[in-house]
Order: sequence, then C-alpha cells, then structure tokens
Amino acid sequence: MNPLQTLRVAIRALLRNKMRSFLTTLGIIIGVSAVIAMVAIGEGAKAMVEQSFAAMGSNLLIILPGTTTAGGQHGGFGSMPTLTWDDLKAIQTEVPSVKYAAAQLRTVAQIVSEDQNWSTGVYGTSPEYFAIRDWPVAQGAPMSESDAEGGSKIVLLGQTVVDKLFGANTNPIGQLVRINNTPFQVQAVLAAKGQSPMGQDYDDAAFIPLKTFQTKIQGGLHQFISGVIFVGATSPAGTVRAEKQIRSLLRDRHHLAAGTDDDFSIRNLTELASAREQGTNTLTTLLASIAAVSLLVGGIGIMNIMLVSVTERTREIGVRMAVGAKPRNILAQFLVEALTLSFAGGLIGVVLGLVAAQWLAARFHWPMLIRPDIIVISVVFSALVGVIFGIYPARKASRLDPIEALRFE
Amino acid sequence: MANEPNLLQLEDVTKVYRMGDVEVHALRGVSFAVAEGEFVAIMGASGSGKSTLMNIIGCLDRPTSGRYLLAGEDVSGLDRDALAEKRSRTLGFVFQNFNLLSRTSAIENVELPLLYAGAHTRERHERAHAALERVGLAERIHHHPNQMSGGQQQRVAIARALVSNPKVILADEPTGNLDSVTSVEVMALFQELRDSGITVVLVTHEPDIARYAARVVVMKDGKLQSDVRQEPQRAVPAPAEAAVGGES
Repeated sequence: MNPLQTLRVAIRALLRNKMRSFLTTLGIIIGVSAVIAMVAIGEGAKAMVEQSFAAMGSNLLIILPGTTTAGGQHGGFGSMPTLTWDDLKAIQTEVPSVKYAAAQLRTVAQIVSEDQNWSTGVYGTSPEYFAIRDWPVAQGAPMSESDAEGGSKIVLLGQTVVDKLFGANTNPIGQLVRINNTPFQVQAVLAAKGQSPMGQDYDDAAFIPLKTFQTKIQGGLHQFISGVIFVGATSPAGTVRAEKQIRSLLRDRHHLAAGTDDDFSIRNLTELASAREQGTNTLTTLLASIAAVSLLVGGIGIMNIMLVSVTERTREIGVRMAVGAKPRNILAQFLVEALTLSFAGGLIGVVLGLVAAQWLAARFHWPMLIRPDIIVISVVFSALVGVIFGIYPARKASRLDPIEALRFE
Repeated sequence: MANEPNLLQLEDVTKVYRMGDVEVHALRGVSFAVAEGEFVAIMGASGSGKSTLMNIIGCLDRPTSGRYLLAGEDVSGLDRDALAEKRSRTLGFVFQNFNLLSRTSAIENVELPLLYAGAHTRERHERAHAALERVGLAERIHHHPNQMSGGQQQRVAIARALVSNPKVILADEPTGNLDSVTSVEVMALFQELRDSGITVVLVTHEPDIARYAARVVVMKDGKLQSDVRQEPQRAVPAPAEAAVGGES
C-alpha cells in the first residue's frame, strides 16, 4: 500500500465522521491561530516602539543640565543651568564619536495666526538639530546656518500646529504668525512625526533659530544654555562610546573632582529603545509560549479522540486485518489520520490567525506584521504534535488481535 | 486423490489458550486435509473447537503445536505480516454478521482486500465491480450497508471475499443472521463458487445448511468426531429473490 492510498483511506475514514473530525482539530486550530495572532501582536507592539523611538532621532543622546539643592530641596535635572555654550562647542569639536550636537531651548508660547491661536512648545535651535532628529521638512525650505546665526524671524511649524492655526490641507508657507507679539514668517512645515514613546505629540511644536529665540523670546544672551543639548552619535554602537566621552569631557570642563556627582545627565535613547525592545520580545515569547501550550493541549485532544476512535473501530480494524492488512498498514492509517487532523487544523489555524492578526492590526492601528517563519514553525509543530500524539493510539490499533477485534461488540 | 497435494493440510494441530490460571485446550490434535475444489462444512456444538479450527485455517491464529500446510507451504510458524500476506493472497472471509464497513459503499467495501494487495485504483475498481456483478449486485455498487437487506449485505461480503481471487473461501456461520429463503440464496452462491473451482470451507451448526456441502466434518471437544462425504443437495433459490432485491 503506497502512502497516497494510505492518505486516501485516512481521509475517507475522517470524512465518515466529519463533526468529530472537526471538533478534534479545534484544539490545534485554536493553538495555531493563537500562536500566529500573538506573535503578530508582539511584533506589532515592537514595531510601534521602534517607530516611536526612531521618530525621536537616530543614535540620540540628550544632555540635561544639573540639579539644584536649595534649602534641602532637590530640584530635578534641568533646574540649574550648568551647560555652557563652550561645552556645546567642545562636544562638537572634541568628541570623535559625535556627529552632530545642537542646543534646544524651549518655552511654551501662544502662536497667533490671522484668525486662530494655539499654545505650543516653541523651540530655539540650529540646523543640526533636524539632522539629529531625522526630521525633514514637508513643505518649504529647511532652517539654514545663516537663519540660525543671523537671528532671522522665521519659524518652522509642526503639522499639528499648522492644522490648528491654518486648518488641514492648507499651505501656510510665507504667512505671518505672531509669537510673543513678534511676527514670524512661516518658512516650512515639518514632516509629520507622530507620537513619542510616552505619548507626546511631536508635531505640536514650532522651531525658530537659536539666536532669534535668545533675543526675542528669552531676552538677552547667557553664558549658560537654558535648555538641553541633543547629540547625534556616529552609529548606534557609538552612542555608548559618545556617552562616556562626553561625560569625561564635561566632568573635566566643569572641574568635578573624582567621587562627586555629575552636574548634568546624559540620556541614551538608543539604549532605552533596545531595553524597550527586549521588553516587547519577552512579551512576544510569553504570549507565544502560552499559545504553544494550547497547541500541546490540542495534541492531547487528538490523542484522546484517536484512542476513542480505535476502540470504536475495533471491528473495522479486525476486518481490515482479516482481508490482508498488515499491522504496519493499520499503524500507518491511524498515524496518517492523526497527522491529517493536526495538519489540517494547522492550516485552518494559520488562516484564522492571519485574519485575527489583520483585525487586531486594523483595530489598534498597528502595522500588520506576519512572520512567515512563525507560520511554517506552527504548522510543522502542529503536524509533529499529530505524529507524537498519534503514535500511541496507532500502535494500539496495529497490535490488536484480529480474532478478538472481529469478535468485539 | 491421495497423490494430489492437498490445499489445506492440518497435521496433529493443537491449540491451548491460557485464561488466567486455566489452560483451555481448544484443539487436541486435529489432522485433516482439504483438496482443491472441495466444499466442506465443519459442524459442532459451541465450544467444540470449530471456530478455533477456522481461525487457524484462516491464518488468523497459529497452532500451539502441529503443522498447518496451506497450498503446500507450512504456515504454522509465520509472523503476523506473513500471515496477513497469506490472508491477502490465498484466503477470503465471510462472517456471520457480514462485517462490512459502515458508511462505506458496497464497491469500496469490496475494494478493501485489493487495497492491501497493492492493486491500482483503476484495477481495484474494475475487479470490485466484476465481483459485485458475480454476486448479482451490479445495480447496488454505491449503496451503503444500511441501505441493503441482510442477504444483500452478505453477498457484498462474499464479493469482498472473492475479489482477490482466493483459493479458499472461509465462511463462519454465513447464514446465521439470515432467514431461510435468503440462506438458500447465499448457499446457492457458495455452490456456484465451488463449481468455478474455489474451495469453500464453512462453519455452521445447522444441519440444513450442511446438506449443501459435499463433505461434513463434525468437531467435538477439540477433536474430529466424524468426517463424512455426501451427495450435496443443490441449493435452488426461491423465485422470491426479486422481492428481496427490491426491499431497500
């Protein structure tokens, strides 16, 4: 008897009991679709995290000025300006693993257009800042070096601000807006960036040249940077090196003795991102293993039903043996029946899993991420489950004594 | 006839079962032979050992001691696979309760032995069709057992026994579940098979049925009690057969 005939006999036997066959595969169907949907969820969450971290900028380090201690009260980082413009220049020129560095000064201000107004974060910065944050303009011209140095009154608006001030689908380039009663010309609209990992809207922001910010918004020039420094390292691996080098440079420049605390802090966004990613990986693994357990339970369900089936079909087995079936033919038939059930269950599970993943992705606005390797693995695994849990009932069937089997009531 | 090799030859065959601590001597030294083309009825009360004898002849069981030669070959020591091979090539079975696969068409039931003999789909189909034609069921090849009368089911079972061109057909109480009219039909079919050269060995406890055989062997307490040749009565089916055919 060739394998194809065995398969045909097995399928015919399964079709003789359609409802039971379907219920038997249900465990595998649920298991496989759960594995696929869970992994898709995990991958979607991971992609979300990656996306939001990528939106912050690539290879990003943020340097915050130090803390204050006044009357026993600790202020947070940034409450005391300790970073100087000379520090920034030193970071730009003396640290080899730093590609870009730019100061970011921040205030909250009312922006007024002809007929609307909107309160938003207004940032003073230099052209490098946009390179560090991978933030191109969608319309208009990017901030130039001469804009930054010359203190021109231009503004680059985030998409949200444009929507609030001018309405969606309008071209605000060249229009005038007022910030703290100073008129600024809209030079560009920045590409939409979405949300930060903490849920903050990146596009709710306006950027003006550093010099302009100092003269028109903050008033006067200071020795200290009353903001933070954004640093773009040369590579993702370079962020750790850059962090170390910047730390020793700043400690040196600030004349901090060994053993004392830093009067600044450095946040490594790449590290934070990879930590988050590990977190979501753990989540994916966890979800997938729970789903895998349900696959295993599905396999046990198959074994259960196959055992019942062997008992119920004892007479059939006896007849098959009487007309010339060898024990191995019987073994093969029941094994192939179990395999067919689990494999068919696996395939149906894949389809259902894909549908579920698609639905979840649409529902939560996740990217739809299907891993082909997971599909292959779960189908192979479910087939394997079928074979492993099919062996015992099949052996039992093949070892029946034909005389006893024929007499079985 | 003595010089002809016997198709079935049992030499001092015994069979002992262990049931817990008790040894049951089902066969206590049976020697007998069946030549090709014979129609033998084995009779005996229940517990006389006739079923055990049948199982050994049918290669479903092995003797505890003694030799069993099937077509000149000693099969008493063969393993399960080799016995299955013998059943597949040389023997055909007919049972009291038909033992057809339920929810399976007549033709698929008849094809079953060919499946294990390794025949191709087309050949299986043609031979099964021919066998069903031979037992007069050409019109009902796609009927399922529950759509057929007992007589028709038994004829499907006979077709299944025939389909692999066996040398011997073994029938264990083939008329036990049938009424007398249908029994005669089935016996007529067995006589027809014998006439075409197939050896028929039949177990029965009804003397009425044994009349149709040319030789009657009576078993008692695991031994042969008598072995008589007789002029068989011709089984003539009643004209009611058409009515039986129209039952379903």
